Amino acid sequence: MPKVTIDGISIEVPEGTSILNAARMIGGEIVPPAMCYYTKLETSGGYCRTCMVKVVKGSEKDPRPMPKLVASCRQPVMDGMEVQNITSPEVVEARAGVVEFLLMNHPLDCPICDQAGECNLQDLGYEHGKDGTRYEFGRREFEKKDIGDKIQLHMTRCILCYRCVKVADQLCPSRVHGVMNRGDVAEISTYIEKAIDNEMSGNMIDVCPVGALTDKTFRFKSRVWFTKPVEAHRNCTKCSGNVRLWFKGEDVLRVTGRKDQWGEVKEFICNECRYDKKNVSDWVIEQPTHVDRHSVISQNHYENLKQMKLDTQRLKAKLPEKKTNGNTK
Amino acid sequence: MAKQLLINDLDKEGIATLAGYKAHGGYAALEKAVKMKPEEVVSEVQKSGLRGRGGAGFPTGMKWSFIAKPPGVPRYLVCNADESEPGTFKDRYLMQRKPHILIEGMIISSFALGANTSYIYIRGEMMYQFHILEKAIQEAYDAGYLGKNILGTGYDLDLYVHPGAGAYICGEETGLIESLEGKRGNPRIKPPFPAVKGVWQCPTVVNNVETLAAVVPIINMTGDEYAKIGIGRSTGTKLISASGHINKPGVYEIELGLPVEEFLYSDQYCGGIRNGKKLKAVVAGGSSVPILPGEKLLKTPKGEPRLMSYESLSEGGFGEGTMLGSGGFIVMDEDTSVVKNLWNFTRFYHHESCGQCSPCREGTGWMEKILHKFLDGHGTMADIDLLWDIQSKIDGRTICPLGDAASWPVASAIRHFRSEFEEYVKNGENMRDIQHYYRVNNLQPA
Repeated sequence: MPKVTIDGISIEVPEGTSILNAARMIGGEIVPPAMCYYTKLETSGGYCRTCMVKVVKGSEKDPRPMPKLVASCRQPVMDGMEVQNITSPEVVEARAGVVEFLLMNHPLDCPICDQAGECNLQDLGYEHGKDGTRYEFGRREFEKKDIGDKIQLHMTRCILCYRCVKVADQLCPSRVHGVMNRGDVAEISTYIEKAIDNEMSGNMIDVCPVGALTDKTFRFKSRVWFTKPVEAHRNCTKCSGNVRLWFKGEDVLRVTGRKDQWGEVKEFICNECRYDKKNVSDWVIEQPTHVDRHSVISQNHYENLKQMKLDTQRLKAKLPEKKTNGNTK
Repeated sequence: MAKQLLINDLDKEGIATLAGYKAHGGYAALEKAVKMKPEEVVSEVQKSGLRGRGGAGFPTGMKWSFIAKPPGVPRYLVCNADESEPGTFKDRYLMQRKPHILIEGMIISSFALGANTSYIYIRGEMMYQFHILEKAIQEAYDAGYLGKNILGTGYDLDLYVHPGAGAYICGEETGLIESLEGKRGNPRIKPPFPAVKGVWQCPTVVNNVETLAAVVPIINMTGDEYAKIGIGRSTGTKLISASGHINKPGVYEIELGLPVEEFLYSDQYCGGIRNGKKLKAVVAGGSSVPILPGEKLLKTPKGEPRLMSYESLSEGGFGEGTMLGSGGFIVMDEDTSVVKNLWNFTRFYHHESCGQCSPCREGTGWMEKILHKFLDGHGTMADIDLLWDIQSKIDGRTICPLGDAASWPVASAIRHFRSEFEEYVKNGENMRDIQHYYRVNNLQPA
């Protein structure tokens, strides 16, 4: 089994494991953030560039370092590979740059966004971004669109992670969802506005890292931190029926898949479970959901992050002065 | 007269047709090649030292030797004719005037690689050349150079021309493959490389038009002879598309190793700067390569005359040198504004970014807006540093080289012409040029 060292911590992983997954096996602060990679969706990842790491030693056989930063979600580990993530100032700086790019055209309408509180981009910005933006021009805007009768697409918030496109490709029987146009006006779209109408389409909402795809049965009902998640199941013929219910008082406000600590659902669920079963009597409740550090519901969430941020700043202080007309390239 | 291997005989009548091409020695190389073993053809190309003419300059023979050969899996050869780099127009010229040299080169190369189906992916805007190639391919089929049992050897080959829809990104080899498969032309994430998984997940080689055409003279004259042309590791001849403020713009075939000064000033080639102006700057290999001031282009950092070769042009690294790239030689005279030119280049990359990965998608647009601000007279000194910082965050952080290509011109313009940016900051109000917007947007002044 290949052995890889990430930020000085060694681990043996199965052949073909990506650097990101190896880091997740180690866990802790050395795990690169991932906005577009999704374990359960094939060929996902590589787009957002937030998970970039530096490979200082290629492998035992070929110890040369890789010349560029690599996307850790798509780069398989080699035996003897040495990787730097948070110990490399270059990586920290590059990641801050990516966060700036991602937030550049993002509307930052968190106060009215349903995703606020469970948004990957919020976490990313808080953990890896800089205080302000240097972008001073108008932000791009799109009209809100309905994708089917239950999903709303707010393209302005989208970071083009392609996760929902992969859901349409891999979960839904016939693909009616993709990307139109290119460059910074590229947009997620259904083919000639054709509504998505099939069993599994609701999973797009779960995989969306930001508030671009939201559940219309939940929109503006409640902030997520006022709801209480519990694990529940029912006998479903279309999916596993293992879901997470979000309660406010006695009412089930929404149903989602169960997400793991990396914000990825464990099992995809069908639309019937998601939209149509909103009575407590439909479900067998198992236990309260374990609330992890990524949830805004957890106590002291931002206290922990504050400490992390201080650590990062200390790292940045060690960075050499940047040259503004650098003659070295 | 320098040796011409690709665009010779263009003045001969009917060279675009099979009969005319054959009358001047065409298809002799193919008849020679099919008598050889495929490995021998590959080794001839390796001996010739031919390097990819599309821009990166990767040794072609080595690329061919990398192709995976799993049993029972077809292999493909794809010709990259999606020439859309600003300043480069050599492939279009070659395909239009002498289509059969490309077809012959492709048959030989497919034979060497063991490919039974090959494609020419041509840029969507080049419809004229598309029809020329279609016609030429039909002629080749009729003459038995394509199809089943070519020249009685038992080797079969089908050749197709596939027009793209006119996207620069489809010139990137994996973007090209996606587009060829009928998908959105987004570059793939490597690895796996096309040599292992390319078209329809089968081993594929993607080569530039000029590279494949150069296989014909290599087989005709043997690889060793070909390697004698040129200088050092830059062997053979190269088509250069010369444009800009010169007396004789056009496509020239040069032997690699020709001094830049001779290329620029001799009457045989560019014929000097037009209207007797002074040379200011040159983009030596298509818009993606760093721009160089005239004096740095003519002399290397060591003070030797610079030559038109892969090594000499890149001598001094990015600080003092540039790249041969695809051979788009854009000359600017003393009246040219580097900032305006840079804005135009950056606008191009902004428009052509596929939007897959965030640094390129967002960064190219940002850089364009900042440059626009300079032209509007609102730029600040801090914007110059910001521009430098943005390009450094795109360079090397993207899936495909488009991000690098967008950042290098910006970096080099600031490196060499910072004073011009400062001039725009100080005096921008008076330097506004509304006519410029009309010109670049093809608008009529109101």
